[in-house]
Amino acid sequence: MAGYILRRLLQAIPVLLGTTFLIYFMVFAMPGDPIVALFGEKTPPPQVLEAVRERYNLDKPFIVQYLLFLGGIFQGDLGISFSGEPVSDILARTFPVTLRLALLSTLFLMVGGILIGLISGLRKGGIFDASALVVSLILISLPIFVIGFVAQFVFAIQLGWFRTTVGPGAPWGDLVLPAIVLAAGSFAQIVRLTRSSVIETDGQDFVRTAASKGLSRRRIVPVHILRNSLIPVVTYLAVDFGVLMVGATVTEGIFNVPGVGNTLYQAIIRGEGPTVVSFVTVMVLIYLVVNLLVDLLYAVLDPRIRYAK
Amino acid sequence: MTSTVNGSDVQQSTTGAEERPILEVKDLEVAFNTQEGKVTAVDGVSFTLYRGQSLAIVGESGSGKSTTAHAIINLLPGTGHIAGGQILLDGQDLAKTSQRDMESIRGRKIGFVPQDPMSNLNPVWSIGFQVEEAIRANGIATGRKEVKARAIEVLKQAGLQDADRRLKQFPHQFSGGMRQRVLIGMGLAADPQLLIADEPTSALDVTVQRVILDHLESLTRELGTTLLFITHDLGLAAERAEQLVVMYKGKVVESGPSLQILQNPQHPYTQRLVAAAPSLASRRIQATGSVSAAEASMSEDAAAAAGDTIDLIATAEARHEAVEAAASKAPAIVVENLTKVFKIRGSGEFTAVDDVSFQIPKGTTMALVGESGSGKSTVAKMLLKLEDATSGKIIVGGKDLEKVSRSELFELRSRMQPVFQDPYGSLNPLRNIGNTIAEPLYTHKVGDTASRRARVLELLDQVSLPRTLVGRYPNELSGGQRQRIAIARALALKPEIVVLDEAVSALDVLVQAQILRLLADLQAELDLTYLFITHDLAVVRVIADHVAVMQKGRIVESATTDEVFDNPKEQYTKDLLAAIPGANLKLGA
Repeated sequence: MAGYILRRLLQAIPVLLGTTFLIYFMVFAMPGDPIVALFGEKTPPPQVLEAVRERYNLDKPFIVQYLLFLGGIFQGDLGISFSGEPVSDILARTFPVTLRLALLSTLFLMVGGILIGLISGLRKGGIFDASALVVSLILISLPIFVIGFVAQFVFAIQLGWFRTTVGPGAPWGDLVLPAIVLAAGSFAQIVRLTRSSVIETDGQDFVRTAASKGLSRRRIVPVHILRNSLIPVVTYLAVDFGVLMVGATVTEGIFNVPGVGNTLYQAIIRGEGPTVVSFVTVMVLIYLVVNLLVDLLYAVLDPRIRYAK
Repeated sequence: MTSTVNGSDVQQSTTGAEERPILEVKDLEVAFNTQEGKVTAVDGVSFTLYRGQSLAIVGESGSGKSTTAHAIINLLPGTGHIAGGQILLDGQDLAKTSQRDMESIRGRKIGFVPQDPMSNLNPVWSIGFQVEEAIRANGIATGRKEVKARAIEVLKQAGLQDADRRLKQFPHQFSGGMRQRVLIGMGLAADPQLLIADEPTSALDVTVQRVILDHLESLTRELGTTLLFITHDLGLAAERAEQLVVMYKGKVVESGPSLQILQNPQHPYTQRLVAAAPSLASRRIQATGSVSAAEASMSEDAAAAAGDTIDLIATAEARHEAVEAAASKAPAIVVENLTKVFKIRGSGEFTAVDDVSFQIPKGTTMALVGESGSGKSTVAKMLLKLEDATSGKIIVGGKDLEKVSRSELFELRSRMQPVFQDPYGSLNPLRNIGNTIAEPLYTHKVGDTASRRARVLELLDQVSLPRTLVGRYPNELSGGQRQRIAIARALALKPEIVVLDEAVSALDVLVQAQILRLLADLQAELDLTYLFITHDLAVVRVIADHVAVMQKGRIVESATTDEVFDNPKEQYTKDLLAAIPGANLKLGA
């Protein structure tokens, strides 16, 4: 087990190197000069331009820039953003906010999605099932920014149940509506996946055998149906974590959440290489860790899975 | 002949006249709602079962026997429902009992042992957990220690001697036989009065099957449990149950005391079933040249094994001569000192095939017999070169398989074709029958489009399937039809050798008999050499000329079929023969 975890962590190293290189290259290849853009309408004196370029290593060839950046990472230095703030400070400020948003969203997904999927699967063909399928179809079909703006308008502005945007410090209460919107896209998938998984498990021989032993339906559903049905759903949750992070960028924009997604978006617009790469690297790292955790969770859900040393 | 067990007859012969039957099924009708409307799976079934008795429902797949069992415990799948009739358990009509009340009847009054030990235990819970929840649900014991003690007790009772150590283990860590014991233990956990065993051993090796059935029999006798058996195996049913109910297409066609039905079957279907049961047949099938003759012989006198109709002695002699003559020619397959060692991560090496040697004369059938894990399928894989041998020689048609080049191997494969066990898994569901059969012709670039098409039609004739099947897809066909397609595909290139790996094991007896007959006819017609791999000795007797018995990778006994059956030398072979269900039943003239 420990050997397996170690091997997975070692495997993460080339993945991280590869992603940082690709992202760095893409930012480098973006059209336009980020420094000139910083000055807006004004034309900066060439000396100033030169000085700023040198400070951000933009005067050097691409591969040198990348290696300098990489060297910095190994010394714990993620570089400095165009606003002069160390990237590590920005990360420390924004990251907890996005983490809270993602946790809340995953919670809604798991509780709501799995519960509705379970009920739909058990009452296949009923009214509940039919309405759940229709609602999930609508949610799948709508892009997240449409859901975001509609939810903001209806629930925050018209009904006044939530605050329109997230306040400073991003308290939990303010994050409820963005988290629901963020969950909406994946929610439909989770409902449908849970539903079909429950239907499949419900038809398995061991479920009938459980009933033949004299167990009540109330026991069979959580013990013999739900646990077995969760295995594919958990897989999807892990893969979907990437989608959740993309969604966070849009959702954070709509609700003005001071999180990673929002900051990343701004940095991409400004062509801030170090900031973009650092943020994406952290996201990739989280993605890898989440997937590792899910793979370990399999062994808990399914005793047949054993990890090779 | 009556279509129900005559209650009063049974009463007089086994129990006191005043006793009420434990289970009485009256005119049971079970229906499923489909898109094409209502389909009746069980149609007017009636039988009576008295306390302490045993009764077996026999029929092929689709006859409604399992559906009847599921109706009794009210666990019909999907849209299935009881459309009519009564199921009286101790006088209480289960057809009118609510699901909630059924929960207290299942497990406590009716125990159920399901068919497939692989799929009937939940893979994510430990064995102990699954037995304990049955005990707790039925209120047999409360408190952690008492429940655990009872779980160990029932598992030991079911034949798991080391139950206390294995409670924490999961189903995948148990062998098939062990799992079946667990299921039997679970079925009996709450001391039910009635135990329904739905094909409890059909997924197991014969020797394991015998041990488990013996155990189940003595256990139920000890506990005074009434036993309702569901099985497709007539021999097994007759051996294990006092009363038989034969079902066909949802109806009871015959019922009565087991031996009586076996010796003197009245209904034509039962007669065919008795005639086709390989465990009851005694001679190798002879080629008849036409399948209709085979059909005719099957509906002949029950005591007559298939093929007896013409002139048994003459044909047997002819066969004998053919085999003798074949022995003098060059053998089609020579296997010398074949060994296969698998490397297992962490635990060293495993010798699956150990120094195996045999020869198959051209035009004869060699059966490789053994239980699962004996290495027989690995031999087949190496022969087909789907697996490389660790050491030893395989010579096919004079060519050493180790030394052939890629192009020679390709050519060799056209002369050596396989037929596999699972007719559902071995046909591509996305290709129609015509394309499936023609595929080897395309691969080996034989003929043009027109001649390939003609060959496909010819092959369909040979395996006695209508030509109209060409455009159909596998999912529209029955298991028997699919296996014929697989055989037709194997014959497409006019091979000299056909490797049949458990090719009839998944089929119902009547279909099995037809396929075996077909194989015998094709052999006579095309001078084919068969390597027939099976765990079922009963089938061997009717198809093989030579038998090699494998155990743990080695051939322990090898001789002609008659020698092996009449005069087995090894204890293992004797055990295998004794385990054939119904082998020791005496049939009347």
